This record gives sequence, C-alpha cells and structure tokens, in this order.
Amino acid sequence: MVGFPFAGGAWPMTYLRTDGPRADPATALTWALIGLSVFVVVLITLLVGVGVALRRRRGLAAADAPIEPQGDGIAWLTIGFALTLVALGATLVWTMAALAAIDSPGRPAAVTIEVTGHEWWWEARYLGAGPDDSFTTANEIHIPVGEPVKVLLKGADVIHAFWVPALTGKTETIPGRTNLTWLQADHAGTYRGQCAQFCGLQHAHMAVYVIAQPPAEFEAWRLGQLAGAAAPSDPDAMAGQAVFAAHCGECHTVRGTPAHGSKGPDLTHLMSRRTLAAGAVPNTTGGLSGWIANPQALKPGAKMPATFLSGPQLVQLRAYLETLR
Amino acid sequence: MVDGVAIGALPVGGQGRNHVAWWGALCLIATEASLFAYLLFSYAYIALQNGSAWLPERHPSLALALPDTGVLLLSSVAVWWGERGVIQGRRGQHLAGLSIAIALGAIFVAVQMVEWSQKRFGLASSSYGSLYFTITGFHMVHVVVGMIILATLLGWSIAGYFGPRRHTPILIGAAYWHFVDVVWLFVFTTFYVTPYLG
Amino acid sequence: MRGLESTRKPKLVTIDGDYPGARLEAIWGAEPGLKGWLSSVDHKEIGKRYILTAFAFLILGGLEALVMRAQLAGPELRLLTPEQYNQLFTMHGLTMIFLYASPILTGFSNFLWPLLLGSRDMAFPRLNALSYWIYLAAGLFLYAGFVTGHGPDDGWFNYVPYASRAYDAGVNIDVYALGLILLGISTSVGAANFVVTFLQTRAPGMSIGRVPILTWGTLTASVANLLAVPSVSLAFFLLWMDRQFGTRFFATAGGQPLLWQHLFWMFGHPWVYAIVLPAMGMVSDGLPTFCRRPLVGYTAVALSTVATMALGFGVWVHHMFATGMPSLALSFFSGASLIITLPSAVAVFAWTATIWTGRPVITTAFLFFASMIVLFVIGGVSGFMTASVPVDWQLTDTYFVVAHLHYVLIGINVFPVVGGIYYWFPKMTGRLLDERLGQWNFWTMFVGFNVGFFPMHILGLLGMPRRVYTYAYGMGWSGLNLLVSVGSLLFAIGVLLLLVNVVVSLKRGARAGADPWGAPTLEWAVASPPPSYNFAVIPIIASRHPLWEAQLGNDGAGARSQLSHGYLLDQGRETLGTTPLDARPNLILEMPEDSLAPLLLTLGLCGLFIGGLAHAWWLAALGGLVVFGALLDWLWPRLIHADLEKANG
Repeated sequence: MVGFPFAGGAWPMTYLRTDGPRADPATALTWALIGLSVFVVVLITLLVGVGVALRRRRGLAAADAPIEPQGDGIAWLTIGFALTLVALGATLVWTMAALAAIDSPGRPAAVTIEVTGHEWWWEARYLGAGPDDSFTTANEIHIPVGEPVKVLLKGADVIHAFWVPALTGKTETIPGRTNLTWLQADHAGTYRGQCAQFCGLQHAHMAVYVIAQPPAEFEAWRLGQLAGAAAPSDPDAMAGQAVFAAHCGECHTVRGTPAHGSKGPDLTHLMSRRTLAAGAVPNTTGGLSGWIANPQALKPGAKMPATFLSGPQLVQLRAYLETLR
Repeated sequence: MVDGVAIGALPVGGQGRNHVAWWGALCLIATEASLFAYLLFSYAYIALQNGSAWLPERHPSLALALPDTGVLLLSSVAVWWGERGVIQGRRGQHLAGLSIAIALGAIFVAVQMVEWSQKRFGLASSSYGSLYFTITGFHMVHVVVGMIILATLLGWSIAGYFGPRRHTPILIGAAYWHFVDVVWLFVFTTFYVTPYLG
Repeated sequence: MRGLESTRKPKLVTIDGDYPGARLEAIWGAEPGLKGWLSSVDHKEIGKRYILTAFAFLILGGLEALVMRAQLAGPELRLLTPEQYNQLFTMHGLTMIFLYASPILTGFSNFLWPLLLGSRDMAFPRLNALSYWIYLAAGLFLYAGFVTGHGPDDGWFNYVPYASRAYDAGVNIDVYALGLILLGISTSVGAANFVVTFLQTRAPGMSIGRVPILTWGTLTASVANLLAVPSVSLAFFLLWMDRQFGTRFFATAGGQPLLWQHLFWMFGHPWVYAIVLPAMGMVSDGLPTFCRRPLVGYTAVALSTVATMALGFGVWVHHMFATGMPSLALSFFSGASLIITLPSAVAVFAWTATIWTGRPVITTAFLFFASMIVLFVIGGVSGFMTASVPVDWQLTDTYFVVAHLHYVLIGINVFPVVGGIYYWFPKMTGRLLDERLGQWNFWTMFVGFNVGFFPMHILGLLGMPRRVYTYAYGMGWSGLNLLVSVGSLLFAIGVLLLLVNVVVSLKRGARAGADPWGAPTLEWAVASPPPSYNFAVIPIIASRHPLWEAQLGNDGAGARSQLSHGYLLDQGRETLGTTPLDARPNLILEMPEDSLAPLLLTLGLCGLFIGGLAHAWWLAALGGLVVFGALLDWLWPRLIHADLEKANG
C-alpha cells in the first residue's frame, strides 16, 4: 500500500491510498506528480509575487513611467524551457513504467467476473468452469484476498465507467464491445466504487462494493451464491413468493423459481448484500420496504416502477425476500 | 514611401487573385475540405472497427460511378476553359465553358441518382448505408451548390459584369468547382476502390 | 466616380488640424436610427456587441452554476431534481464554453484588430456583422430550448448512446445539435475574416514579425477553427440524422459509440486552445505596457502560440483514456499531452521575465494580467497530471478535472478578459474604470475564485465523481463542497463588482485621452473612443512598438514609424491592402456600406434551423430561399465591366 495512512474510512473513495498491484504503481506516481506540481506552483507564485514586489515602481502613473528594459530576459526562457523539458521527460519515463507495471497481473486470474453496466446498477456474472459453475449477482462483488481478478466490462445501454478507486482506475463499459480490466486486493476489507461516466438521471447513485475476503471465506460465499433459492416454509413468505411472481418476476430473477426477468438485478441472494439500488438504500427492513413501496422517492428516475402493493402484500413480500440469503 | 521604396498605382478593389474575396474563398474551401476529411474518417473508423464482413458489396459496381467521375473531371476542364475565356476576353469561350460545366454537373447528379436508386440498402439499414448515402449526399449537395454558383456567374457574365479586368468571382467559382471535383476523387476512392484493395 | 478607375496611386498626406477627419467621418459614419443600428458593419460596433452579449451569457452561465452549487452545498440535498440538475450543468458548460469564452475573445479581437493593424476595418465587414447575428441567433435558439424545459441534458460533451433517441427522447438533444451547427457557421465565417484580415489588411511596414501577439493568438485560433469546427458540426449532424431518420452512425447495426467521442474531441481539444490563446495574447500585449518594457521573447512567444495550437490537434485521445484504447495509442497521446506543456510554459517564462526585467506599475489591469500567470500555472500542472495515463485513470471524471478546467478557463480566459476590460475600456468608451473599485473587484474575484475552486482538486483526489447531482454522506466531501459553494458566491460578487464599475464609470469615469497608459501599440495613437474611420491616414510602421520608438531608440533599421503622415484613401470607404509577409502595399480595398443583408441572411438561417427542429420542412425551404436571396444581394457585382473599360479608354 502506498501513501499517507489516512484515517480509516473517513474518505472511502480516495485513491491517494490504494491497495494491490493494479493501483499502487499509479498511486506512487500520483503522489510524485502532486509534489512536483505543488513545487512548480509555489515557485512561479513566488517568482511573480516577489518580482512584482521587488521591481515595482511606485509614485508614477503608468503613462509617466519611463520605458527601461533591463536586459533581454532570454535566459529566463532557456532555463525555464530546459527545466520543464527535464521534468516532462522524467514524467514520461515513469508514466510508461507505471503503465507497463499495471498492464496485467503477471499470473493467471483466480476469478473472472463479467460486469455489465446498466442504468443505474451493476450486473456481475461470475464465470466459472462451466455454466453450472457460473452465477449472477449485482452491485456487490466479492473477491479473494491476494489474487488477481479479471473483469470483463460490457455495456447494456449507455456508457458507464467501472471504478473502484482503492483498487483500480476507471474503464468504460461501452455497448457493442467488451473492455478488460483487473484488480487485486492485498488486504481484506470493503472497497467502494462508483460509476464514473455520466449516464443519465441517477449517475450519482450507482455505487459498487468490492469485498475482499480470505480465500476460504470467499469460497464459502461463492458456493452460497451458486446455489438456487431455498423454498420458503413460513406462510407469510410463501404468500410473498406469489406476490413476487406476479409483480417482480418480469424484471428480476430468483434462481430455483420461475422468476427469470433480466431487466433488473438478480435477487437470488438479495439478503447477502448490504445495500440496495446500487448503494442508494441500506438493505434493512425499513430500507427494503421503502424501496419496494416507492422507488421513485428514493432514486427518482430509476427504472423500477412503483408497484402499488397493499400493506399486507408488502409485509408478505418482504418476508419472502428476507428468505433469499 | 514605405521603408524608402516608392509605391506606384495600386489596383482598386482587387485584381484576379489579388483580392480579399479570393483568400476568403480559400478559407471556405479549407473548412469544407476538413468537413469531408472528417466524413471519410468516420467511414474509416467504422470500417476498421467492423471488419471485412461489413461491406454489403464485396466489389461495388463501377459501371455508373467510373463514367460519372469522368463527367465531373470533364466539367472541371470546361470550367477551366471558361475561366481562361474571361481572362483573355473571349466572351464566347467564357460563356460556353460555364454552360458546359453546368450541364455536365447536371448529368453527374442525374447518374448518381440512378446509382442511388439501384442500391439494395438504404440510409437507415446499416452503418454502411448511412455512411454511403450521407457522404455521397454531402458531395452531391456541394455539386448542386456549385451548379447554382456557376449558373449565377453565368447570368452575371451574360449581363456583362465580368471581363479581363474584373473576373475574381469567376476564379472563385472555378476554384470551388475544382475543389468539389477533388473531393469526389477521394469519395470515389473510398467507396469504390478501397473494397478492391482488401 | 468611385470604383471606376481600375488602378490608383494612393495619396500621401500629413494630418493637419481637422483635415481630413470631417470628410472621412461623412464617409464612414453610421446611419442614424434603428436601420443604422441593424445594418452597421463597423467592427468597433460589432466588437462591442459581441462583448456585451458574451457577458450576458457569462452571467446566465454563472447563475446556473450558483444554483448548482446550492444543490451541492450539502450531501443528498433535494433542491433540484436530477433532470433539472442535468439540464443546468449542461447549459452551464455549453454557455460558458460556446456562448461566452470564444465570443468574448472574438469581440475584443473584432474591436481591436483593425486598430492594432493600422486598418480602417476588417477584410469582410458584412461577414463580421453576419458572424455576430448568427451567434446571437444560436444563443437564443439554445436558450429557447432551455427556458421551455427542453434544454440539452447530456453534458456539453453529449456522449452517445445516452444522447440518442432511445435514451433521450425529447427535443433537448435536437436543440443542442442544431443550435451548435448554427453557431459553427458563425465561428467559421468569423475565423475566415480574421485570417484574411491578418494576411491582407495590415498597415504598410507592419511585417509579420511586428504584429501584436494578440493577433497571433486570434489568427492561430482562427486557422484552427476553420479546420476543427467541421468535426463537431458533423458529429452533431450525424447525431441529428440518427435521431430523426434512424441512421446508424453511433449505435447498433455496425454503428460506433466511440466515433462520437473521436469526432467531438478532435474538435474539442483544439477548441480549448482557441479559447485561451487570444486571451494569452492580450496578456502578452497588455502586461508589457505596465512593466514599461517590450515583451521578453516576442519571437518565442509567437512561435509557441502556433506550436501549442498545432500540437493541440494531436492530443484529443487524452479525453478518452478510460475507453479501453490499445496501449500504443495510450502511450502516444500521453506523450503528446506532456509535450504540449512546453510551448505553454514558454509564455509563462516570458511574462515572468518581463516583470523581472521591467519596472511594473500596479494598476487593476496589471493585477489581472499578473495573477493570471499563477492561475495559468495551477491549471497547467493539473492538466499535466492528467496527461499521465495511469494517473488519469484515477483523476479523470472526478472533481480534479473540474478544478483543472476552471483554472484554465477562468485563469486563462476570464482573468485576462477582465484585465483587458480595465485596459481597453478607456479606448472603447473614452472613460477610465475606477481604480479603487477595481482593487476591490480584483481581490474579491481572486480570493473568491481560489476559495471556490482550489478545494475541487482535493475533492477530486478524495474520489468525488463529476456530473453528479448529489453525493452520499460519509465520503468526506461535505465540508469541502460547502466551502466551494461559499467561494463561488464570493467569486460571483467579484464579477458583480466589475459590472458595477462598468456601469458607474460609463457615466462618471475620468475621461481618458488617446493613450492613458503610455502604451506602445497603434490603437493608442487614435482618439478614445476612436473615430468611425479609425485612422485619418493609414500609418507607415517601422517596429513592433510604434509609440515607444522615441524612448526605446529604434530597432536598428534607422526608420521611424510615421503616424501622422500616411495614405489618405478617401474616395469612399477604403483601406489599404498589403502583402502577407512584408506588408508592402498592393491593393486599395473597397469597403462595403452598411447593409441589412447579414441580418436577413441570419433570419433565413433561423427559418432553416427552426424548420429542421420542428420537422416543418416548408419553413426550412423558405429559410433557405431567404438565405439565397440575401446572398445574391450581398454578392451582386457593382460594376458593369464595359463601363470600366470605357472609363479607362
């Protein structure tokens, strides 16, 4: 990890402190360029400020002050040009080196995820050995610590950009082509990302979470995600499943049930996620109820329409959804 | 006296290419040339991104386009001939050159419209179709505008506005017409020649 | 009878008392009343209109920004809906970049160029009027969309597929597309005017190494515009076609979304240099006046102006580093984007050297010009940082870039412009702006700007994305955003102080003579404000600093510029044409009388574009016919050749 140790989670989206070989080489260069830039600004500010203070003529209006050049000043140009050239040359060399360093992980990826940018959520399809080893989730991506993760980026509608500052720089998702990026977390933790290309009404609420876990925990999570949804046994939840099929199945998938819509996120393991609506709403009882009852109030413009469920229907639906662990 | 050098009589208004209008026309031609450069860039970019299966016709027919190119080149010769006519004071040559160029321009447009009607793809059927009709269409519009310019110049010529001492507008009209011709060579090469090159 | 002679030897006279002013005033003076106002082709009049209109748009754009800053002052505020915010940030961007930044420089250049170059007007006075009327029409067209709730809402950069009909179905984007194409006509004809004026209408002896740097800046920008504007006009036209007729340039069936980005940025990057290079030229001409010495390194600065613009055509992909480009392309454009810092740096060293090797006298104008150097460097280094691809992958699309672009646009355009207002206001109006109020103006703007925009660098480094209508709690962004909003308000007050100073000084400012600053260039040789004919006689120039020759000694050539002895040219509206490099006289230019044709042509274009927007094709056709008619009137030859032959025997 590079950079000053900023206080814990005070700045979850900063890239001044990063983790992993995809981000760290760029972070070192970023700090160096910040240093160089600050130096240049201070230098020029002093030169201009001190120059004016020392050289100024007081007591005469401009029109009355005589024209008196003191030398041709060309040395300023040659020295300045030379210094700038050196700084630019060094930057170019370091840039090429950093670019080469982060180009690829140097060893095969442990996990491959196909991330598709939608208005305004992230679909994440984990590609396993075969179709039985692959599953789809949304907005919250788990990865094993210390392993490179390959990310294939696709666009479902407009251009979005996938960005998890602490782990990797931005790469756009463009409909009609597949872009490639990768990341690696060397420390366990939760890393927040956000869409970084203006994509419409709710561009501001399109977060993505990357959760790095020790390999054993990651494998447990993966197997849990692979499984289909268990059938509910509670009467409320069973009624809720019927509500779901009638009102939600057209857009959402719950594997192991007939619901297989693909316009919205896969909800098979909804309760394993900490947020809803790409980070806009916490995944709590209140949050879930509020989101279902009136998505437009929480994320105006979101593609999920109001569902006009009655109170009892809402309670049943929530009971069902809470079984989707 | 300027820097010690005496100056003599200067042309009033302008003379031939020593005229602000001539330079202005060159600026116009430069900006229009850029427009076509960007159009052809769009073609090249989309073509490269799509690969070889993108072309609807592996080897587009030159049966109409090649003679049509000849027609346009001839029209440039006619314009050049008419321009020489006005410079040398030969009114018949001057008027004939302009008239022939306009007629040849009209033939170019007519042949192109026939070619358009024969295409099996439309403006909205694919990116190729959009590019083909838009780029050749932009060019055709420029030909039509050129014909209007030449016709206007012809009218003024008949009314006696131009002669050996005053003919800058003819030079400008001719330059525009030659420009449109050169653009066609690039457009033609792009659509009709590059597919043969693989 | 005027114009019948095909050659004439221009008369050399010496100015004596009122001679030949009264006669020239009768020839060049404007017609009174509304018709005179609408048909004026006087570059000074057109320049002032450009400046006033551009400032009006600056204020509109500023108000849009203040509303946005209110919404962003705290996390998850709901003062605005997302749609409202998206239209606001789009309008703010396009207003500032298209309706303020370029036109303001065109306005100054229009007013000043003939005065700087020793000419009586631009090469194409009617074309000049046309470029203004079209600009005004395009601005109104764009704002008509906005005020009716149909403003463009996909950012000034308008990426597809979001801008396509599938995702943005209303007329918003069509308003933008057609409005920009219309504006592009104004920019292009204006650019042609500057190019030809530079080449053909300089005073005799004003060789290419003697022209003020402002003219180098505007000339360079104009050549660039001629070559670059068609790219964006084409992009918008193709988008309009996709949206109206279902063509496939940018989406599906082989279309390419990235084509939009290429076409847009192939224009966009040269454009950002076009909107700062003339302003840098203003500093290069104005700062030396107050340093009481000529600019250090004139040749280097002139060359660096051209080099910056030329290189500016080769860096556009740096706006697209995150699109998944191949490594080779990334490396090339990263390198080019670093190299382009070099010629810009040359100007900074030249200005600093001019201060150190001169004896600066501090005035408000000087403060704006000098502070610009610091703001330029801040904007420059943040840009330099984004040139490095791996760093850019973190910086791009965050508030770091918002900081960068505001430092370069406000630092390298607005601050020089305000300095230019303080400097040239006396020339334009005959009155000086108040210096005390000027000090308040400067410091409020300077402090407000830095408080408002410097924290954006930090916000960007802390990961705040741009183009967001709100942001989450707990990101560490809230306090800084509040600071930015407060600073922006202070900056706006500073701009208000400028307006107050202008309004007050127009009525009560101290009267200015021809040369209140003791400046070197030709515009200070004529009265303030200048007479309608600019120069009573076309002067003969011997150096870069005609008015300083006595104090500087000469340039070694032994000759001195002659300002009150020159070419009369009073057989109608006339000025002198000269050769492009050495400025030897080779032509007497006949300048047009006032004309309504430019305005009528603009109205025809309005019909064409409104018809296109509304799919009212009859209106579009009618507009086209009006355009054709106006052109015929405009270009109709004035001379039957046979008469010319007769007159010359």
